[in-house]
Amino acid sequence: MVTNDTIYDSASKISPAIDELREVFKYRELIYQLTRRDILTRYKRSVLGIAWTMLNPLGMMLVLTFAFSKIFRFETAGSYSTFVLSGLIVWNFFSQTTTACMNSLVWGGGLFQRIYIPRATFAISSMFTGVVNWMFSLVPLLAIFLVIEKRLPWTIITFPLVLALLFAFSLGVGLLLSAMGIYFPDVVEMYQIILAAWMYLTPIIYPETIVPEQLLWVFKLNPMYYYVKLFRFAVTDGILPPSADLLPAVAFSLVVLVVGWVIFSYKSKEFAYRA
Amino acid sequence: MEPSDHTTAIRLENVSVAYRVPHERIGTLKEYVIRWAQRRVKYEKFLALHNISLTINRGEIVGLIGHNGAGKSTLLKLVSRVLTPTSGRVWVCGKVAPLLELGAGFHPELTGRENIYLNGAILGYTRKEMDQKAERIIDFAELGEFIDAPIRTYSSGMWARLGFAVATDSKPDILILDEVMSVGDEAFQRKSEARMRSYFEMGATILLVSHNMDLIEKLCTRAVWLDHGVIKSAGSPQETIRGYLGVQLA
Repeated sequence: MVTNDTIYDSASKISPAIDELREVFKYRELIYQLTRRDILTRYKRSVLGIAWTMLNPLGMMLVLTFAFSKIFRFETAGSYSTFVLSGLIVWNFFSQTTTACMNSLVWGGGLFQRIYIPRATFAISSMFTGVVNWMFSLVPLLAIFLVIEKRLPWTIITFPLVLALLFAFSLGVGLLLSAMGIYFPDVVEMYQIILAAWMYLTPIIYPETIVPEQLLWVFKLNPMYYYVKLFRFAVTDGILPPSADLLPAVAFSLVVLVVGWVIFSYKSKEFAYRA
Repeated sequence: MEPSDHTTAIRLENVSVAYRVPHERIGTLKEYVIRWAQRRVKYEKFLALHNISLTINRGEIVGLIGHNGAGKSTLLKLVSRVLTPTSGRVWVCGKVAPLLELGAGFHPELTGRENIYLNGAILGYTRKEMDQKAERIIDFAELGEFIDAPIRTYSSGMWARLGFAVATDSKPDILILDEVMSVGDEAFQRKSEARMRSYFEMGATILLVSHNMDLIEKLCTRAVWLDHGVIKSAGSPQETIRGYLGVQLA
């Protein structure tokens, strides 16, 4: 039977963003299959793969704890190691998923020239792969957390909300990067430099309290500032997020996701023209 | 939907495809920004297809002929939705099975069975559909117990058989073939030909590219001759081929 959903019209008046959304829904099985493939093949090859995702933030934590609580002496409310660890967990999620998102489109693009697939399925599945990998590293990190803090505040229940906001923001950034990366492969390298700078401009290894008051507004333009803060509220501080921090986070997530999606779906038609 | 007379399967209206070929290849953003600042970004347009109009009815078997680079593959890509036209309109009604890249997206580390599901998802099938198809596909591909081994252990013949089995398991409305496939050994070739033929008889619309003129003449109800991105002639296979070969000989 020929139904409406098997009709393809290149001159369709439906906006590409809506069209892409529909197609992605139709291809939802592909998102699952791609995520499954990436995780299976990664861990089939190396058990060390999992260990490494945990060791990296842990090593960072140890080094930073030594440098900043013994030498520079940052004053944080709780223990410095859990402070820096919680910041790194959030940051790693963002940097890993956005990088994975871009890589999957820039290097996995060969398939797009041979067969029709809604492009965003690749971006979304690499986000999920990122989430799963990150989850693997989260379990032991939270265990260490417990060892140091000896408790987890009840506000941890807001964690899914923080994760959802962070996910939306990262996907939006990932889509924007992919749209650029397809045209210019050097964006992939440049992004690593930007990431490093961006991390130091976010209160991850230093507390917000050392930022001079007249500069604080600059920090508040940085979306990552809010996600890090929300995560710390939930995991270390044990308080519910005040709306002054929650609302900007929600706004950034929504705006960046929508803008990323729209630009990506307009540009994705041209991807197959690229060698 | 507009061209809704129920006989049309594919319609191209004044379709052009222009690849933008940069004068000098600009590979990086850095270079691009520098060039752009110096106002030196120039492109040359390469028209792969120029103002093509073509209507294909349901059940037709259309052969595309022409030199390499005449735009045949570009046309197939338009119909299979890989490319969007630079201008004009492409309208396709029905499920398209592009038999261009059998087993595209197979992953060597995954088993045959896992790859069936992955490849099925790439072709746009849902989980439920694949559950119904999986056993039939395994049967048709004749892989036996190899089906649960990673496909890096497969011979190239087995690989191709599996790809063919997934892509052709159910009758598509529109079949797209680039060159005629010869998959596997002779026995399997006969089997795959029989399957193709049964789809022809069940009324699938076929669009195929081949350099084998005998085959086009034998199989097709119509032939289209593409030359440098324009339709040089279209009509009965015999006449179109004669025109095409005549030019080649002259």
